Amino acid sequence: MSESLLKMENVDTFYGSIHILQKVNLEVGVGELVCLLGGNACGKSTTLKTILGIVKPKAGTITFAGEDVTKVGTPGRVKLGMAVVPENRRLFAPMTVLENLKLGAYVRGEADPADLERVFELFPKLRDRQSQLAGTLSGGEQQMVAVGRALMSRPKLILMDEPSMGLAPKFVEQSFEMISNLHKSGVSMLVVEQNANMALAIADRGYVLQTGRVVLTGSAKELSGHEELRKAYLGR
Amino acid sequence: MDYLGQQLINGLTLGGVYALIALGYTLVYGVLQILNFAHGDVYMIGAFLGFFAMTWLGGPLAPTVPVALMLLVMFLIAMMGTGLLGIVIERFAYRPLRNSTRIAPLISALGVSILLQNGALLIFSPSIRSYDTSSYIPSTLGFSVGELTIDSVRLGVLVLSAVLMILLTKWVNGTQVGRAMRAIAYDKDAAVMMGIDVDRVIRWTFFVGAALAGAAGVMNGLLLRGVSSGMGLIPGLKGFTAAVIGGIGSVPGAMLGGLLLGVIESLAQGYLSTNFADTITFILLITFMLFRPNGILGRPMMVKV
Repeated sequence: MSESLLKMENVDTFYGSIHILQKVNLEVGVGELVCLLGGNACGKSTTLKTILGIVKPKAGTITFAGEDVTKVGTPGRVKLGMAVVPENRRLFAPMTVLENLKLGAYVRGEADPADLERVFELFPKLRDRQSQLAGTLSGGEQQMVAVGRALMSRPKLILMDEPSMGLAPKFVEQSFEMISNLHKSGVSMLVVEQNANMALAIADRGYVLQTGRVVLTGSAKELSGHEELRKAYLGR
Repeated sequence: MDYLGQQLINGLTLGGVYALIALGYTLVYGVLQILNFAHGDVYMIGAFLGFFAMTWLGGPLAPTVPVALMLLVMFLIAMMGTGLLGIVIERFAYRPLRNSTRIAPLISALGVSILLQNGALLIFSPSIRSYDTSSYIPSTLGFSVGELTIDSVRLGVLVLSAVLMILLTKWVNGTQVGRAMRAIAYDKDAAVMMGIDVDRVIRWTFFVGAALAGAAGVMNGLLLRGVSSGMGLIPGLKGFTAAVIGGIGSVPGAMLGGLLLGVIESLAQGYLSTNFADTITFILLITFMLFRPNGILGRPMMVKV
């Protein structure tokens, strides 16, 4: 693995008195695409929330871009270079595509026209739809806005929460292709996904989470060939 | 016809003031879904601050600076002062209750309202002050179009409220803080994920909403309404009514609601009876609450996927 970008060490997270994450260790290197796999309610979303600082861990440390961010709030972490493509995209539906993109650059102050241009080059469709309300776009287009919005802050790491969720099958493939292309262009990513097959096909490495613990980790190749994982998640 | 025209001008002037008050309700409701019932008293404090600024600059009979400068200082002090008051109210009366039941901030708001009213009564004494506008802005100064006349104070109030509304619209639509405010109103959790500092945006919202109420307080003072500790109650309720009529949470709605309410009231005063105006306002409030709670421009509650 290359130089470390994000590192969770022995992280314990609680919701009230319920112990959700138990001694989670997870790392993403610069330029890596890491996937976090697991079934329903295994703690995937909590892991993302803990990384983003929306939920504070009770124990353990989180290091990002060389800084201990365990006590840093979400705005501070976004400023340091985290960006998220939330589950179900969570666009600001009554606002235009352009406004959604500009909000992605919130921590940078006003949006840089060069960043907007880069998003439009990546997703030419969005250029024509700039002034359309985000809520009126198709699922695939909304996904583009959500990814574009994340890119607007010039992130060091993009966190993706269930990119295949709620998309029609043809968009799911497009979505993973888009993620793979972004990765190839040098963006580091942590992708949380239930669809283990799809995720492992494009990832470098993966972690498998079960009831709040990391039960398996390895390269995408190793995990794809893993007997138990295949039985549990890959359905073969 | 001229009588009607005159009533319309009066109505728009009054409506501009209501709109400025209504905007504060709507902005705060948008980001926090709470009804800031201390807002009318913030307006009252604004009227007092404007009055004291005027006294500080020599008073209505012997201003020590040009009248235009005096007016500017009156508005600036009132708006800055109420804006900061808005931030303080949010910090101590609402933020500690951010994650509690919906009724808690409402009760807190009524508490702040009582505190401000009685505090003003105690500190400023019960005497009713007057801006005595006619001693430094001659009432003969005015504009006539045909038989219609609009005196300069009314015209000034009308123009200034329009300018403030245009500036507010630009702020809401064209700045990062304004965009962030709308984002929070729609989906607060997603706004947090964008790195938006929600507390900071909420502070801004309270500052701007309260400053507009402060300006409205000075305007009504200039229109020769008596300045006293209880003066905020009725305009506060009318601003709230205007916000409901336009659709609470909607910025253009608050403006439309304010102007409409002003015109309706003015027509009621002109054609029915002066005493009937308030009754009509609150009949309107109840009617909208019952039959169109989303107001004219408010959108029905959207189901979030």
